[in-house]
Amino acid sequence: MHSLGTVPESDDSLARVRARDTDWDGVRLHVVTGKGGTGKTTVAASLALALAAGGRKVLLIEVEGRQGIAQLFDCPPLPYEERKVAVAPEGGDVYALAVDPEEAMLEYLEMFYNLRRAGKALTKLGLIDFATTIAPGLRDVLLTGKASEAVRRKDKKGRFIYDAVVMDAPPTGRISRFLNVNAEVAGLAKMGPIRHHADTVMKVIRSPETAVHFVTLLEEMPVQETVDGIADLRRIGLPVGGLMVNMVRPPILPEEDLRSALSGELDVEAIRLGIKAAGLEDNAAEIAQALASEARDHARRASLQERELASLADAEVPQYELPLLSDGMDLAGLYEFAEEFRKQGAA
Amino acid sequence: MKTPPAFDIDTLIDDPDTKIIVCCGSGGVGKTTTAAAVGVRAAERGRDVVVLTVDPARRLAQALGLTELDNTPRPVEGAEGELHAMMLDMKRTFDEIVEAHAEPDRAQQILANPFYQSLSSSLSGTQEYMAMEKLGQLHRSGAWDLIVVDTPPSRSALDFLDAPERMGRFLDGRLIKVLMAPAKAGGRFGMKVVTAGFGMFTSVITKVLGGQLIKDMQTFVLAFDTMFGGFRERADQTYKLLQAPGTAFLVVAAPERDALREASYFVERLAEERMPLAGLVVNRVHRSDASHLSAVRSEAAAETLEARGNHSLTTALLRLHAERMHVTARETRLRESFTSSHPKVPVATVGAMAEDVHDLEGLRSIAGDLAGEAGEPAA
Repeated sequence: MHSLGTVPESDDSLARVRARDTDWDGVRLHVVTGKGGTGKTTVAASLALALAAGGRKVLLIEVEGRQGIAQLFDCPPLPYEERKVAVAPEGGDVYALAVDPEEAMLEYLEMFYNLRRAGKALTKLGLIDFATTIAPGLRDVLLTGKASEAVRRKDKKGRFIYDAVVMDAPPTGRISRFLNVNAEVAGLAKMGPIRHHADTVMKVIRSPETAVHFVTLLEEMPVQETVDGIADLRRIGLPVGGLMVNMVRPPILPEEDLRSALSGELDVEAIRLGIKAAGLEDNAAEIAQALASEARDHARRASLQERELASLADAEVPQYELPLLSDGMDLAGLYEFAEEFRKQGAA
Repeated sequence: MKTPPAFDIDTLIDDPDTKIIVCCGSGGVGKTTTAAAVGVRAAERGRDVVVLTVDPARRLAQALGLTELDNTPRPVEGAEGELHAMMLDMKRTFDEIVEAHAEPDRAQQILANPFYQSLSSSLSGTQEYMAMEKLGQLHRSGAWDLIVVDTPPSRSALDFLDAPERMGRFLDGRLIKVLMAPAKAGGRFGMKVVTAGFGMFTSVITKVLGGQLIKDMQTFVLAFDTMFGGFRERADQTYKLLQAPGTAFLVVAAPERDALREASYFVERLAEERMPLAGLVVNRVHRSDASHLSAVRSEAAAETLEARGNHSLTTALLRLHAERMHVTARETRLRESFTSSHPKVPVATVGAMAEDVHDLEGLRSIAGDLAGEAGEPAA
């Protein structure tokens, strides 16, 4: 956990990575949520890369059926099947799965009741579609159920198949409802197998093995939603994880200049002289004005960031900062973020 | 650069035949702000406007006088002209439809059913459907000269168009007929085939989900039976309204790859549906008053100064400028690539603001930007 502008000592943090003494030791299900546009999928994917680093095996799950992971890793659309999508730094594998509620329902029917054929027939009638879409909570219990199954899955020798599972979850506004499957299916089934299934899933979600991370930008609306979302989770007793602050722009100017820039008191004449000194003779005055106004934007932005950081600090959860990539997000950016997570102790 | 046709917001809002403007785009691109800004400007230019918002940021909502989620258009204080705004209450809108379409007892039965409650409050898609419904209601009321709609914050902009269809699939499909069969057939032999399907269905569901579910499901479907026709019809009407000449779509995006890709899909889809596209609005575009000073030259100048060891402020500012020019260049590339695949779509850009917009002044300035009053963007 650190604040804006400070970077952890790199040697120190590398040692931490080797020892795997991270902020989330013992957590095996990482649920990543965030408001639309905050980079939730990107952050989930880079967290998966970071967790897999050094020879581990991590499953990245997507539940909203929009193939965001495939786009991110530049691979063909993911089927309902766990596929390797990336190799992590220093060895380690990231597998990905796009969970489809209908498929998960069929799998559920087969796994517990050996009813695959009946399930297929019901799919034709549109029943599975109907049930997984509007039966209260059923869809969510199937999606979270798949994640908790992957978390608990073991090989013949009794070792866990995955060291960690990262879920690219629904947005912040819906997260507490999505995870609180028990309460959601209560209206549907007071007893019976679905209820039992929900109870099992809930046990995993409530356990210290789960952490719900929030992705946010340092802007008013995402921060507000994050603060509300954290309060919601705490109210229903679900484990709040870390805050992933995305697209942070470190201030380029020293504190004092930021203040003058904010109040419009930068010494434009001094800037003009600097520009001339740099050999940009033409329009030096005009450039100086433009630079001063850009500095003002930057200072406003920085002060907004500080303000939003302060409201986030009230939540008292570990914070990780991910820089704004001026070239936009791509595969290399994912690895860069993964490195940040490791440096900052998230993985 | 490939230059798209200029987007002219004033011609659009000054045209008395423009009755509905729909702002759509993927989540987090500033749709609500765009809708509000268009509303403010249209009211100032003499239209009698209502802005229907779905999920406004708190302070923006306050600026529009929206303190309650009460489904009622309220006058916006401090706005010039006739400007009203409202926030969509999706559950209430749905409840009202039920109450309007069903006998009182049956309505109560529906409102209390867990399937209905899930459908009306948490199903993704309901918000879109209800936004459409509300739009239809506002239009039918005839009280407004111009309706500006903000669409729900869905992942995909297409959800707004697909939701009613999806809803129709559930409320009108084959499954419903099967579910309804036992009740309607009343034991007649002719229904054997259907009831066989139903038998298997009941046994599986009872086994897996418990008997309560099937009862709730049947009650829900039975109670909804009388309303299905009405639902479908209204959804169809609203859909047609979106294709009518008085409607214009504004596709909103941010200068990001994902947002522009969604915008692309949406533009293509609108063309397929023969829905009128007014243009693309790209929000949060970075500009510079010194755009002739490129990133490379600015960075070089910063290095020169650094080597000399003085003018540290100018050095930092040159670096800042270089970074901004990088961002500008990336954004321009993204916009160009949109324009090369959609050369005929008019594009407006709105400058990035240092802070979130939360007052009428900010909305006016965005509207001014939309009208091209701030000049051309950098590069």
